[in-house]
Parts: sequence; C-alpha cells; structure tokens
Amino acid sequence: MDAPADLVELFRTKAELVSAVTLRAVDMPAALAYVVEACEKKDACKLLLSGCEADLSAPAAEMCETITQKTIAAPDLSDADFAALGTLCEQKGFRLIRDGLRNHLGGIDIAVTHTDAGIAETGTLVLRSRSEELRLATMVAEVHIALLPVSVIKATSHDIEPMVRQWMAEPPDYTAFITGASRTADIERVLALGVHGPLELHIVFLTEA
Amino acid sequence: MQTAKDIKSYRHELRQALSNEFQRTAMDNFAVFYRGARARAFAGMDLPALIADVAAAKDAAMARMDELLAEFTANAQKAGVTVHVAATGDEANAIIADIARAEGVKRIVKSKSMTAEETLLNHRLEADGYEVTETDLGEWIIQLRHEGPTHMVMPAIHLSRYQVADLFSDVTGRKQEVDIQKLVKVARRELRLKFAQADMGISGANFALADTGTLGIITNEGNGRLVTTLPRVHVALVGLDKLVPSMDDALKVIKVLPRNATAQAISSYVTWITGQNACAASPDGKKSMHVVFLDNGRRRLAADPVFSQALRCVRCGACANVCPIYRQVGGHTYGHIYIGAVGLVLTYFYHGRDKAKNLVQNCLNCGACKAACVAGIDLPYLIKEVHARILAEEGRPFQNTALSLAMRNRTVFHGMLRTASLLQKPVTGGTPYLRHLPMFFARDQEFRALPAIADKPFRDRWKAVKPHPQTSAVKAALFSGCVQDFVYPEQAEAAVSLFHGKDADLAYPMDQTCCGLPALMMGEKKTARDVALQNIKAFDDCNCDYILTLCASCASHLKKGYPRLLADDPTYAEAAERFAAKVIDFSTFARDVLKLAPSDFAGPATKTALHAPCHLCRGLQVTEAPRDMLKAAGLEYAPYDEEDVCCGFGGTFSLKFPELSAEILKKKLQNVAATGASLLITDCPGCVMQLRGGADNLKMDITVKHSAEVLAERRKK
Repeated sequence: MDAPADLVELFRTKAELVSAVTLRAVDMPAALAYVVEACEKKDACKLLLSGCEADLSAPAAEMCETITQKTIAAPDLSDADFAALGTLCEQKGFRLIRDGLRNHLGGIDIAVTHTDAGIAETGTLVLRSRSEELRLATMVAEVHIALLPVSVIKATSHDIEPMVRQWMAEPPDYTAFITGASRTADIERVLALGVHGPLELHIVFLTEA
Repeated sequence: MQTAKDIKSYRHELRQALSNEFQRTAMDNFAVFYRGARARAFAGMDLPALIADVAAAKDAAMARMDELLAEFTANAQKAGVTVHVAATGDEANAIIADIARAEGVKRIVKSKSMTAEETLLNHRLEADGYEVTETDLGEWIIQLRHEGPTHMVMPAIHLSRYQVADLFSDVTGRKQEVDIQKLVKVARRELRLKFAQADMGISGANFALADTGTLGIITNEGNGRLVTTLPRVHVALVGLDKLVPSMDDALKVIKVLPRNATAQAISSYVTWITGQNACAASPDGKKSMHVVFLDNGRRRLAADPVFSQALRCVRCGACANVCPIYRQVGGHTYGHIYIGAVGLVLTYFYHGRDKAKNLVQNCLNCGACKAACVAGIDLPYLIKEVHARILAEEGRPFQNTALSLAMRNRTVFHGMLRTASLLQKPVTGGTPYLRHLPMFFARDQEFRALPAIADKPFRDRWKAVKPHPQTSAVKAALFSGCVQDFVYPEQAEAAVSLFHGKDADLAYPMDQTCCGLPALMMGEKKTARDVALQNIKAFDDCNCDYILTLCASCASHLKKGYPRLLADDPTYAEAAERFAAKVIDFSTFARDVLKLAPSDFAGPATKTALHAPCHLCRGLQVTEAPRDMLKAAGLEYAPYDEEDVCCGFGGTFSLKFPELSAEILKKKLQNVAATGASLLITDCPGCVMQLRGGADNLKMDITVKHSAEVLAERRKK
C-alpha cells in the first residue's frame, strides 16, 4: 500500500530543506545499484573534507591511517540483499561489512540502512536501532543512505507515536529520529555539515509494493 | 558567572562587556537574524495554541513531579537502569564520581548538558583525575578556554573564528587555517579519537518519560548519539523538571523547541533510549546505565505557587535571543550559568541569592522574553518577584525605603515634585531640559537630555482645559500618570482638546496618584499595592465607562498589574477587575471611541516614524491602533526594523544602568534615523522622554512627540 503521493512529496520537500539528497528507486536491486554508484563517485574521505587532510594532532592522524579501502556498512540488510550488494562491491573492490563497526571508528564511507518510518511534516527518518552495529553505522559513516519504503511515510510525529511507544515498552530500545545530516553552527553561527555524524544523508524512496 | 559583590562592581563588568566589539556585533547580527528566522519557522502554525499546550503539559507534569519520578524509576529499573536522586549539585557530582570509580573509568566523553554546567560537574571529575572531554563543538571550545557558556544553545557565540583557529592550533600543535568548515572537521577528527578511547559517556536529557523509563535527547551534531553508544558506561544527569508522563508530552515540546531555538523544524537527531542497550565494549555485552536526577531547588520551585511556571522552561534560549540587554552584553554578564531572562529567575533558586541579587535588577521589563517564550512563562513578572523576595530577605536599600515612604502619601509625593520644579530653575537654562545637573544626580546620564519638571502640573491646569460637551454618550476619566501630570502636561492637554466637538465627556479625579509601577520595578510590592488601592478608590466615584491613559506603562500596569496585585484581597479583588476592564490606551480610544477619522485632520504628509512602546505592543497587545491613527491623521508612515524593540528607558532602569540604557537608545535612534523621518511619534511619555532626550543629545534633526500632541495639532479647527 502506498502512502498518498502528496505525503511523499511533502517528505521530500522537508528533507531537502535540511540538505538531504533524495531519489526514487523502484526496487531493492535499483537501490543497491545506487549505493555502489554513490560509493564509486565518492572520493576517499579526504576530499569530502571529513578531516583526514587536516593538520591533526599525532594520535588523531594515526586513526585516519586505519582507513585502507573504501568501505560500505550494511548492518540490517537481509542475507539475500547483503549477498547481492556484496557481489556488486566485489566488482568495484569495495569492502562490505555488516558488523564489527567498532573497528572502523576512523570512518567508513557509506552506511546503507532500512528505515522503520518516515515523518513527512519534518522529513524525519525513524530508525529503531537496538543493534549497536546499526547505531554505529548511522553515526560513523560519512554518507548515510537510508532506504525508505514510501508505504511507511506518515504525516506527523503523532502518527508514529503508538508504534514507538510500543517499542519503548519492550526495552531495551534505542530509537533515532534522523532529519538531515549532522550539523553545527557553533562557530560564528556558520552552518557546517558533518561535525560528528554523516556529512551527507541520502534518502532512497522505495516505491515497490 | 557572577562574581560581582555589589551593583557597582556588576556595572563595571557590564561596561567591560560593552567594550567587547566582536561580541556586540555578533549578538546584534544574531538578534536581527533571529527575529526573521523565528517568524519563518512558525509560519502557518497556531503558535498561541502550541504554547498553551506546552504550558499545560509541563504544569501538569510538575504538579506531580515525585509521582512521575517514582514511575520513571520503576520502569527504568525493570529495564536494568540504576536511578539516583541528588538533592544538590555537589551530591550529583559525588554520585557520578562514585560511579566512575566503581566502574574503573579513566576517560569520559560528554555531550552538552546545561544541568552538568549547573553542577560544575567537570570541575569535580577533573579534580578526581579523570580526563573529561566535552564533545559538542561549542562546549569543547569553551572547555578548552576554561570558561562557561554564553548561550544555552550556542555556548561559544561570543567567540570569533580567529579565536577558535588559535585555540585549535594550540590543541593540535599544528597551525590551523581560519576556515570554519575546516575547523569543524579538525574537531570531528580530534574528538572521534576521544569517543573511541572513552569508557564513560555523560549526557543530559531533554525528557524523562515516566511511562516507559525512556530518556529523550535532542541534538544536532550527533555527538549525543556517540556519547550514549560507544563507551561501556552511560550516565545521564537529568533535572527533575525534565520528567513528563509520556512521549506525547515530549512531542509537544519538540514541535516548538527547535523552532524557537534555532529556527529548525526539528533538530537533526532526537534519540530515545530505554533501558540497558547492547554494548560490545562491555564485558557482559550490555551497557552499564545510570540516570542521576537532580533536585537542587526544583522541588522547591515546583511547590511554589508563583514560581512553579519557571520549570516549564525547555532551554531554547529564546529569552536571551530577543533581550535588548543580552544583545549588548552577552551571556557571561547576563546570567550566572543559566542565561537570559529565565536565567535571572533560575539563578536565585539553583545558585542562591548572592548570585542573583545584582542580575535581577538588570531587566527593562520590556516583555520581549515573555512574547518569545514557547512555554508561556511570564518572565518579567517572575524577575520582579525574585527581586522583591531578595529585598524581603536582605532588607532594602535607602532609595527603596525613601521611594516607598514618599509614594504611599500622595500629598507628600506631589509636594516633592512641585518643590523640584522650583529647585531646578538654575539648571534648565531657560530650556525644557535639565542642563548642568549637579554631579551627584547627573552621573552617567549625559547620553540624553532630561526634561525639566513643568511650571504648572496638569492637575492645576485641568479646570481651565476640561471639556464641556452639550451631551455625552461617552463618559471617560483620565489617568494622567506622574510624567504627564508633572513633566509633560501639554500631552494630556492635547488629548483633552480632542474631546471638543465630540459627544464625549472627560473627568479627572484629583486623588489619583502614581500608578505604582516604579515601586514594583524596585521590588516594592507592598507600596505598589497601596497606591493601586488609592487609585481604584479615586476612580470609584466618577461613574465612567473608560479610564483613558496616555502612558503605555501606566495602562498596562493598571490593566494587567492591578488585578494580579489585588487578586487575593477579599475586599478589592473585584474592584480591581472592574477598574482594569475600563482601562484603555490613547490610540485605541481615539480610533474606536472618539472615532477620529481622516476627515477630522489636515496638514502636510510629514514623513513619520513610530516607536511601539513595550507596554503597549506586548503589554496590552495593541499594535495597530497607533499606526492607524498616524495614517488617519494624514502623515506618511515610515516603517523601520525593530519598531517594537525597547527604547532603553525602563523607568528606574535607565537611572540604575545608564550605560545599557544609552546603548539600547542609540540602536533605536539609528534605526529611526535610517528612515529619514522628520517626526517620531509614540504613545508613551516615558518613551518620549528617552527618545527626545537622546535625539537632542545626538543633535538629530527629528521631532519627538506623543501621538496625542500630533493629532491635536492636526485636528481641523
């Protein structure tokens, strides 16, 4: 069942207002192809200005040197989707991981995750993130690609409240509302994206039934 | 932080803050930006309804604080969380230090928490030998500089990119470019290492949901998520005021908080944490999780019938963003730890009288904070109430006692004003201003020419000028207020002249006295009540439908202040309500009651700017009537930015803090000058006094008048 087209449109408008990149994919293979394409286009982390090129203190610089290969994390893809993405990554020479993210705190290039719900009025993604790997992927990656089935887009935060309250009633629970990329304006109120979390947020609207 | 011992040394600190050019420019730009951004963020929304929702939800929650605490505790404990309650800041710090010791912690990362600033948690943990790193960019910057925040949302707003580049050069041991985007990435990389190494994360929380034992945390940078995920121990320090029954209440706050704070529809991240989540860094694979609730005056606040509303505060910082004083001096002098209007109130309860006593006097009572508060807190009122409490506790300074004694007896008070009119003769130099004042009176008042007391007060002119209508469908009585009675009687005369030819009569009860607002501004509540009663009695016999007031401050005090002052008076509460219902401001009266229309006026289309008095536009929500009358009179309206920002008068404020009053006035007059108007009109004699005196001092080519005077001059004869 599809959400009404105007909800998807509202979501897209609101998400783009906070600098999210949005696109549509008809099915999972199309979405996964986009993930690989994005990784291919993305230069090594230094060109995205994530800080590796900066003059850092010695210990911080060492951490950057742990990055040896373009890496995609896909912590919550189904086994079949993970295998399909794995095949694509192999062709391109990318590393694909689904766990052990603590060993990649220096940075990973892309995290691709599912999304449990969307809130159109603010362009917000709702991710139940009980798995630490899922949490870390959405925090540590430089680009977060979120797969959002249009069928789970609701109008307001109150529409997803019963579902989230149910999650909270079954602890432990760690639920994230994510709207746009990580941002700060702490120096002279100048907006800067990607201070601790992703520098870019891409939202793939999945339109298949 | 407040270190000033008395008002004199506090004023010294304020003057130092005023000399910080970068900070002032930064604040000024922000104030102008914020106005527009906030309006856009709330466009199309029913803001008053949202505010009422938040206020009701928070009030209901605070009324059952301990019940919610018990419910939260039970639910959190079931989910494996240890819950602590600390009576004081020191106790909270000790609890957290104990947790760190028991868990064998060495390194700690923190996300932004005003509550941890309140308890000075870092000081304690660093003294105990822990490496503590603030990970919010602004907090990290001020931590490296060893200073406190100057804003609740943007803690380093007072610093320039150059200062940050120097700081980061020191930290990394490498020269850093002055490029904000690059500096942010340096912080990202340097702090990522701290996250990887830390064994304990300390966060605050915006919400503690009782029904599920959940913490809700609002962040933009994403550091809060890393702090609560990577280290094996998570401690959340949470004020008891953050307890709400359920997610529904939190969602109401989330609708308004990011919009009011940073003009965002929602912040980048809202994180909901319930129970002990999985954590690979932990020996048993589960996070060790603690919630430390802080009382430190909150229970006392919750039980207080007047002040409990202060607990509604959602920490958006808007009351600072719109404050004309904060804009001049910044947060280090306009707060102790909590900043802005709500900071003035909370400081008294969380940090004590000594830290609050100078701060609470530094308020213009302009009401900008109240108008911007998304929780509907009556901030100016609470600030005055804190001042009154401090006076009651500490005893009152000489000026207060003298003022109170004088004001309670009308004959004495008016006698003093008459005497002043004679004594000032040597210093007026034949002008309507006080020139060459004796030094003890004139100190720091050079920024504006002060008016002389009139030769003959309005009350002595009344008989000669009062209207004699044939019939009178409208019966009004004039409340002149001290300034128009004794300083600007011509303004009151002008208003009276507008009755001629109208089917309306006007009375002037002679027993009226000062409205009492100056007494309230000085924290003298008892005197304010006494004079309120005198005025209510004075107007009791005149059988009028309207009580007309040409002074915005008097009008708002008569209409809003009197019923509140006398609310619990068994004999006069009702009389105060009746009195207040009749009070009407000048422009509304001219437009709606006298029905003065364009056909009543003649004269050139002079370019005219308007100053909207605080107590009219925010105090009484009268915004259109003065503009309507300006246009009806055939003047050319010249709008400008910040028409409704305070002129810096604030009654006794301008005598107490002349350096601030002067700067706020200067800003106002610059905005007016930019319009090229040759006439500036306003509906308040206090504002006329300030603006005219300032314009005279700056030798500006502009006439400042009360709108009554202008309407009277242009009325067809």
